[in-house]
Amino acid sequence: MEQIARAAIAILFDGVAYGMLLFIMSVGLSITMGLMGFANLAHGAFAMAGGYVLVGLMVGIGVPFIPALVMAGVIVAVISIPFERYLYRPLYQADELDHVLLSIGLVFMATAAITFVYGPSTVSITVPDYLNGQIDLGIGLFPAYRTFTIAVGAVLILALWYGFEGTIIGAKIRAAVDNRRMAQSIGINVDRLFVIAFALGSGLAALGGGLAIEIIGMEPTFALTYLVFFLIVVAVGGLGSIRGAFVAALLLGLIDTAGKYLWPDGGAFFIYAVTVAILLIKPMGLFGKA
Amino acid sequence: MTHQADIARRYMVARENWHWGEALPWLAIVAAFFVFPDYLALGTQIIIAIIFALSLDLILGYAGIITLGHAAYFGAGAYATGMLSAHLGWSEPISALLFGGLVGGALGLVTGWILLRYHGLTLLMLTLATAILLQEGANAAEDWTGGFDGLVGISFQPLLGSFEFDLWGKTYFCYAVAVLLLCFLFARAVVHSAFGRSLAGIKGNVERMHGVGTPVHGRLVAIYTISAAMAGLAGGLFAESNAYVTLDVLSFSRSGTVLIMLVLGGTGRLYGAFVGTVAYMVLEDELAKLSPEFWEFGIGLLLVVVVLFFRRGLLGALEDARARMGGLK
Repeated sequence: MEQIARAAIAILFDGVAYGMLLFIMSVGLSITMGLMGFANLAHGAFAMAGGYVLVGLMVGIGVPFIPALVMAGVIVAVISIPFERYLYRPLYQADELDHVLLSIGLVFMATAAITFVYGPSTVSITVPDYLNGQIDLGIGLFPAYRTFTIAVGAVLILALWYGFEGTIIGAKIRAAVDNRRMAQSIGINVDRLFVIAFALGSGLAALGGGLAIEIIGMEPTFALTYLVFFLIVVAVGGLGSIRGAFVAALLLGLIDTAGKYLWPDGGAFFIYAVTVAILLIKPMGLFGKA
Repeated sequence: MTHQADIARRYMVARENWHWGEALPWLAIVAAFFVFPDYLALGTQIIIAIIFALSLDLILGYAGIITLGHAAYFGAGAYATGMLSAHLGWSEPISALLFGGLVGGALGLVTGWILLRYHGLTLLMLTLATAILLQEGANAAEDWTGGFDGLVGISFQPLLGSFEFDLWGKTYFCYAVAVLLLCFLFARAVVHSAFGRSLAGIKGNVERMHGVGTPVHGRLVAIYTISAAMAGLAGGLFAESNAYVTLDVLSFSRSGTVLIMLVLGGTGRLYGAFVGTVAYMVLEDELAKLSPEFWEFGIGLLLVVVVLFFRRGLLGALEDARARMGGLK
């Protein structure tokens, strides 16, 4: 009995950590898709870029883990700005097919470039000692790194929630998600919002990509492998809904982790079946607006 | 008849009439048979890819349905044809191929009827998830599909009882070209029929088509089913010519590749499937020789350039260039 309880807690904990990671990597996609209506399949490439920038900073010039993580997020956020300005913006009025093709093209280019520089195999980093091993949370021992990931996710959720609900810029973004033309007519500079939201989303993805190295691994195919998961989080949660992305990411993380423990052969099947079922019943996602 | 209506009628008739340029791809295929006898195995795979891209053009180019999961029907056809031979010992190739098309079409009818009620991003996600669901299902159903290791034990009798499938792939090439020709003639008839014109209307302005009383959902399901059956035929040919089916036939990358091939050639013009597929596969063959990363980067860059500057594909760019030259004269 005790063993079952312990296994259940382990699954729950790993699932929540994985869900948090998925949330950090996908929430930016949810915002940009809700705001700009751009089906950006290259979002995972920005997460992957974050992972590799982190490796470059730590292995290449010896920056410690946590500063390197923050720097990776900032660097990728800045790099993403010209992408938005020169590649994405001309296509906002185009149809989804153009969005899909352009962003898939970017994924191919990113994958090839990273393979060329870093080679095709998985990269690794050395995390600091305090993130290795177990940590005592009072109710038992838990893996330190996953605890750290959950803590980062929790802080980001609070920050995002405050940013969206409590600041002027957040209110402007919410207004533009709900009704872009109305927002424009009352004098909100929507173009500038797009840049801010895109850079923020890419930076968060990069942060998630950096965190992901120790949990799900990092290789040049990362952007394509996890693309489907990001899209599921966004579609199931509902476009532009932070709360939706959070709930969907946690669900996906828990179901995927539990599936891998309990039903290794068919776990993935179950995830896609649930995704299709949810979308058939609620086409706009769990928290999406019609 | 008013002047405008007369112009419109003449335009439609002109579109439907055969143009001499349409002989070129078929002459090229015949020429390829004699000029490149050592490359007929690759040629067969190109023909199969053309049939698959043609099937996508019917829904994407003519009905405006964007899908990220068209491999579902290719894969269904491949597994249906392959399993018929591997498990039941059915070895007559033409009936097995038709069975592949039938299964692809049946799956298209069922999934299309459900999925085509949705639009935009939701439809994109649903088509993607459906294909992956099928792939995961095929992976789990190891006893029937061979799972991750692939389906083996596929073998077929000589075609029509007398043409042996030879080592050089001559028979397979001719067989595949015959299937392509039939598919093409059918597709051409469909897009120029009244039904095909109503699809163009749905693509152009769906609200208005609802308004004039067109059964939009039924029409979309019909073309989706036709397209899925054609993709199933391509999959069946794939299973027969390779005598081996793996989970790759259902993969997202196969859905993506066919989309890229079609867009490269140009959507909504049937021949875009020919041009795009050949351009893609020849480029792949040449660039991948230099290095796989070079090819992957190249195809990515090409996509970005096509989307930003040559949205109508290679054939569209050709037309634009001709129009400009005409203007200069």
